[in-house]
Amino acid sequence: MAQVTIRQVNKKYDEVHAVKDVNLEIHDKEFMVLVGPSGCGKTTTLRMVAGLESITSGDILIGDTVVNNLPPMDRDIAMVFQNYALYPHMTVADNMAFGLKMRKFERSEIEQRVRNAADILGIGTLLKRRPRQLSGGQRQRVALGRAIVRHPQVFLFDEPLSNLDAKLRVQMRVELKKLHERLGTTAIYVTHDQVEAMTLGDRVVVMKDGWVQQVGEPLQLYNSPANRFVAGFIGSPAMNFATVTVQARNGALWTQSAGLDIKVPERLGTSMGSYAGRQVTLGIRPEDVHVAGAGDPPGTTFDGDVEVVEQLGPEILLDMKVGSEMMVASVEPTHKVKVHDRIRLALDPARLHYFDNETEKAI
Amino acid sequence: MIEGAAWRKWVFFYIPLALFVFILLFPFYWMAITAFRPDGELYRPWNAANYQPFWTRNPTLDHIKYLFEETLFSNWLFNTMLIAVCSTAISLTCGVLAGYALARLNFPFAGSLGTGIFVTYLVPQTLLFIPLSDIIRNFHLGDTPWSLILTYPTFLIPFCTWLMMGYFKAIPKELEECARIDGASRLKAMIYIIIPVAVPGILSAGIFAFTLSWNEFIYALVFLSSPAQKTVPVGVTSELIRGDVFFWGPLMAGALLGSIPVAIVYSFFVEHYVAGLTGSVKG
Repeated sequence: MAQVTIRQVNKKYDEVHAVKDVNLEIHDKEFMVLVGPSGCGKTTTLRMVAGLESITSGDILIGDTVVNNLPPMDRDIAMVFQNYALYPHMTVADNMAFGLKMRKFERSEIEQRVRNAADILGIGTLLKRRPRQLSGGQRQRVALGRAIVRHPQVFLFDEPLSNLDAKLRVQMRVELKKLHERLGTTAIYVTHDQVEAMTLGDRVVVMKDGWVQQVGEPLQLYNSPANRFVAGFIGSPAMNFATVTVQARNGALWTQSAGLDIKVPERLGTSMGSYAGRQVTLGIRPEDVHVAGAGDPPGTTFDGDVEVVEQLGPEILLDMKVGSEMMVASVEPTHKVKVHDRIRLALDPARLHYFDNETEKAI
Repeated sequence: MIEGAAWRKWVFFYIPLALFVFILLFPFYWMAITAFRPDGELYRPWNAANYQPFWTRNPTLDHIKYLFEETLFSNWLFNTMLIAVCSTAISLTCGVLAGYALARLNFPFAGSLGTGIFVTYLVPQTLLFIPLSDIIRNFHLGDTPWSLILTYPTFLIPFCTWLMMGYFKAIPKELEECARIDGASRLKAMIYIIIPVAVPGILSAGIFAFTLSWNEFIYALVFLSSPAQKTVPVGVTSELIRGDVFFWGPLMAGALLGSIPVAIVYSFFVEHYVAGLTGSVKG
């Protein structure tokens, strides 16, 4: 068990600066998820921790050891790959035993550990088979088994669930979570799927273009995103954004666009003050918008023309035109809404976000 | 497969296929039948009453006996085998290692080196034998099996390297990365993981190299002079064609016996061989 420290790490390929000044502290027993769109540097970061990529500058520590120049075999880590990377010419048992054999463990110890891991993962009956005779989910379990028999200090996961079908992915996600609780090994998990990131991570790192955008617990990212990118990336359906102009009126700040006239909540009054007369981006999540009722104060409501109605069962998603912008609202399934209806909606002022148009940072 | 009426299958598939098979196999049939035909029938004029070009009623082993008793055919067989096995082993070892390096180690100029190796394969042997014969003479290797064991790799190594490079590139690199994380050094990962996975590719390269060196003619003709040192292709053609007289029976018997080892090698590995050429690595 160990913490992993990534200190001021950069990775440059010939022309691409893939990872820029990344600083991360992954605590002992923590499940840390790196998430971001493809090409954001998350996999490169993971591969540098694994020792599969060299570090251009900076330090990576596992426990208290600087591992910059250690080969992968000496870092005491285990990695699960997206395509499983099972050795096709070996049986399941040999696949799991390979790492132990390379490290010259006793035969009885190897057998016992393989048996144990197989029991944990429910693949005890498959030990004699070869990878090509297994289904996707079974292969994934074998790949996990190969990682856990080693009792490494750190698990590294590189999009391990991406090759599974949707149903199996949800199931394996739950099992991974249970497995981590049971073993308590420090884990770094790379994914492009924000749902996986939110459900699995003790903490989540959002990356984009090689930069770390925000590090925090899942709800922290959801409730107070540091910038517009994180706000739009976390949450599904994505947050609505609208360009609005800040105006001082009647002793309060208002934000206006063609279809919106929203009062800035008092908690943001001071920081928004300096933006008076300028344009900012307003952000509101679809789930923080509801059909307006009598109790909604002025400055929180707006009108929209419904263009698409998506019935999901527990909620209805309305794609609406508000002024010149498109917005999505998630409303109660009890509302009877038809396409082309004009309806009045209200947003929850406590969950309103504003972003600087130039820096894209949250205000 | 061709859809539709039965006659379409016959016209577009079975009949062309049959023609193709016939054209391919007829020379072998001719070789085999000639090897077992007595001399009297071989040199019978085409308008003779009992002329039977495609069949014989009196098969004989005389030509084969003649080969082994009156010529150095067994020497030639042994020489060819020795030379083919040694040069294949050398080329395969170098080819596997070089192919792996070119496919996996990101060293400077790997790409241009790969192209360079391929270009050497394109240099025709008919040009290359002239400088090579000079080298062979300087090293006093003329008329020994070494002259061929050491020169065949000049075209076999590029060939094996390219075939193996393609094959290694098709193996997911995660396999090796996983092995290295699992505790294997680069060399161990190659020995325990990559090479076993690449066996079909190695077998196809080996079969190709073996066949090429078994059938090679020009170098063998130039570098070997005494009859006892010759290989089958050179021995048969130089010793059994005297002046303008062709000893068709022994010639064909020699060709038949000479092609049997290659056929055996092929039939042993044919499944792996096909898998190697189609380059399939399934996880």
